[in-house]
Amino acid sequence: MSAVPGDITIGMDSATLSTRLAHRRSRIVRERIIELVLFLAALVSVFTTIGIVYILIKESVVFFQEVPFWDFLTDTQWTPLFSDAHFGIMVLLSGTLTSSVVALLVAIPLGTIIAIYLSEFAPFWVREVAKPFLELLGGVPTIVYGYFALLFVTPLLQKIYPGLPGFNLLSAGIVMGIMIIPYVSSISEDAMRAVPMSLREGSYAMGATRFQTAIKVVVPAAISGIASAYILGISRAVGETMILAVAAGQQPNLTFNPLEPAATITAYIVQVALGDLPHGSIGYQTIFAAGLTLMLFTLACNIGGHVLRKSFRETY
Amino acid sequence: MEYAKDLNEIRVLIRRHKRWDMVFGLCGLLALMIGVLTFVALFADMAVDGVPRLGWDFLTSFPSRKPQQAGILSAWVGSALVMLVTAFFAVPLGVASGIYLEEYAAKNWVTDIIEINITNLAGVPSIIYGLLALGLFVYTFGFGQSVLSAGLTLALLILPVVIVATREAIRSIPQGIREGAYALGATQWQVCKDHIVPYSMPGILTGIIIGMARAIGETAPVITIGALTFIAFLPAAPVQAEPPFLNFEWLLSGFTVMPIQMFNWTSRPEAAFLHNAAAAGFVLVLMTLGMNGLAIWLRYRLRKKIKW
Repeated sequence: MSAVPGDITIGMDSATLSTRLAHRRSRIVRERIIELVLFLAALVSVFTTIGIVYILIKESVVFFQEVPFWDFLTDTQWTPLFSDAHFGIMVLLSGTLTSSVVALLVAIPLGTIIAIYLSEFAPFWVREVAKPFLELLGGVPTIVYGYFALLFVTPLLQKIYPGLPGFNLLSAGIVMGIMIIPYVSSISEDAMRAVPMSLREGSYAMGATRFQTAIKVVVPAAISGIASAYILGISRAVGETMILAVAAGQQPNLTFNPLEPAATITAYIVQVALGDLPHGSIGYQTIFAAGLTLMLFTLACNIGGHVLRKSFRETY
Repeated sequence: MEYAKDLNEIRVLIRRHKRWDMVFGLCGLLALMIGVLTFVALFADMAVDGVPRLGWDFLTSFPSRKPQQAGILSAWVGSALVMLVTAFFAVPLGVASGIYLEEYAAKNWVTDIIEINITNLAGVPSIIYGLLALGLFVYTFGFGQSVLSAGLTLALLILPVVIVATREAIRSIPQGIREGAYALGATQWQVCKDHIVPYSMPGILTGIIIGMARAIGETAPVITIGALTFIAFLPAAPVQAEPPFLNFEWLLSGFTVMPIQMFNWTSRPEAAFLHNAAAAGFVLVLMTLGMNGLAIWLRYRLRKKIKW
C-alpha cells in the first residue's frame, strides 16, 4: 500500500491509515451504487415507452392477422362487435378529427389572443391574476368538463339551434377547446416573452404602436414557440377522452358534421373497456389497433413540434 | 398650409393606430373573460346541481340503485388508496431521475435518448397509458384490475411532471453551492442529499402536488384497465391492530375512483343520478383546485423568498 495523496498520512499509524483507506474505498463503492440506482430510475421512463410500443404492436399484430390492413384503412363501417364485423378506422378517425377541428377553432384564436395580450398589453397585476387562473382552468379534471359539456353547453346550444341532438361533437369540441386554451396560451406567451426587449424597443423607436409591434415583430420572432404550442394543442385534442365519451355519444358514425353525435377513437376504447370483453378476443384487440393509430398520430405531432422548434429557433 | 395639412393627416393616422391598440386590448380582455366565465359557469353549475346532495351521508354511503341513498364512500377510499400507490412509486422515481439527469448524467447519446423520451412521454395521451397497463400490469404481470395496477399506471403517467419539476428546481440552484460543498470534501451523493435536494424541495413539492392533482382527476386510463363502476365494498384496511400491523391485501383488491363514479352517474338517464354526479364532480373540483392552488401559492412564495 503506497502513500495516499495529500498529507493525511502524516502522524498516522498504519492501523488508522488502513481503516481510513477502507472507509474511502467503501465510500467510492457506495457512490457508484447510488449513481447506478439513480440511472436505473431514469431508465424507467425509457422502459415505459418501450412497454407502450411493445404492447400496442404485439396486440395489433394479432389484430391485423385477422383483419386485412387495407380494410382497416378503407372500410366505411366500424362494427367490431356485430356478427357482420367491419373494422374501418376511418369511422372513428372522422369523429376524432371533427371534434379536434372544433376544439382547435376555439383554442387557437383565443389562446393566441390571450397570449399576445398577456405578453404585450396586460398590466402587471392582470398577468399576476390571469396566469394562475388559466393554470387552474387547465387543472380541472376532464370528466368534470364532460359533465359541463353534456348538461350545460349542449342545452345552451340547443336554445340557439333547436335541432341539435343531446350528444354532439360541437359542444364536446367547444368545451375541449376551452380546456386546451391554457396549454396554447402559456407556451405561446413564454415564447413571446423570450423575444428580447431590444427588438420591441427598435420597433417602438420607429413609431410603431403596441399592436403593430406585437403582430409584426414579436409574433414572427416567436413563431417557432407558438407553432409548437399549437401542435401540443392538437395532440391534446386528439388524445382527449372523457369529454368526448360523455358528451359526443358512443355511436360510430362516419361524419364530418359537428352537429351529429359520433364516437372517437378514445371514446371507443373507453366503451370497450367498460364492457366485459374476454382477454384475447378480436374486440379486445381492436382497442390496441385503435390505440396504435392514436399513438402514431400524436407521435407524428410531437416529432413535428420538435423539428419545428429546432429548425425555426431564432437565436438572438 | 401644406405643412398643417400633413400634420393633420399624421394625427389622424396616429389616432387610428391607437384605436387599433385599444380594440386589441379589449379583444384580449374579452378572450380572457371567456376563459374566466367558463370557469365560473362550470363551478356554479356543479355547485347548484350538486351541493344539495352533499352531506355526511354522501361521503359515508356506498353507491346504490336508489339515487337518494347513494354515496361516494368506495370512490374516495379507492382514490385515496390509488394515490398512495401512485405517490409511493412516482415520487422516488421522478426525483431520482431528475437528480440523475441534472447532477450525474454525462452528455452522451444515452442521456439524449432519456431526455427526448421524457419530452415525448409528456405528450402521450393518457388513454394510451391505460392500454399499456391493460396489456402489461393486468395480463402480463397478473396484477389484475386492482388498486396496484391503477396506482402504477398513474405513477407512470405523472412521472414526466415530477421529473421536469425536479430538474427545473435543481437547475435554479447556483453552482457556487455545489463547489462549496465539494471544496469541503463532500462526495457527489453528499452534495445531492445535503444540499441539492433540500434546497430544491419547494420546487419538487410543487411538481409532486400538480402531478397528484392530475392523477386524482384522471379517468380514461383507470377505466381502460377495467376498474369496476359499481363497488359496494371497501378494500381491506392497510393498517390492522394485530401484528404485522400492515396488510397488503388491499393492493390486489377491486376498486373504483372518484372520476369513474362520476362518469357512471353521468351516463345514467335519471336526473337524480345526475345530481349525484354533480355532487361528486364538485368534490373532485374542490380537491384538484385546492391542490393546484396550493402548488401555485408554494411557487409564488418560493419566487418571493429565495434570493441566492
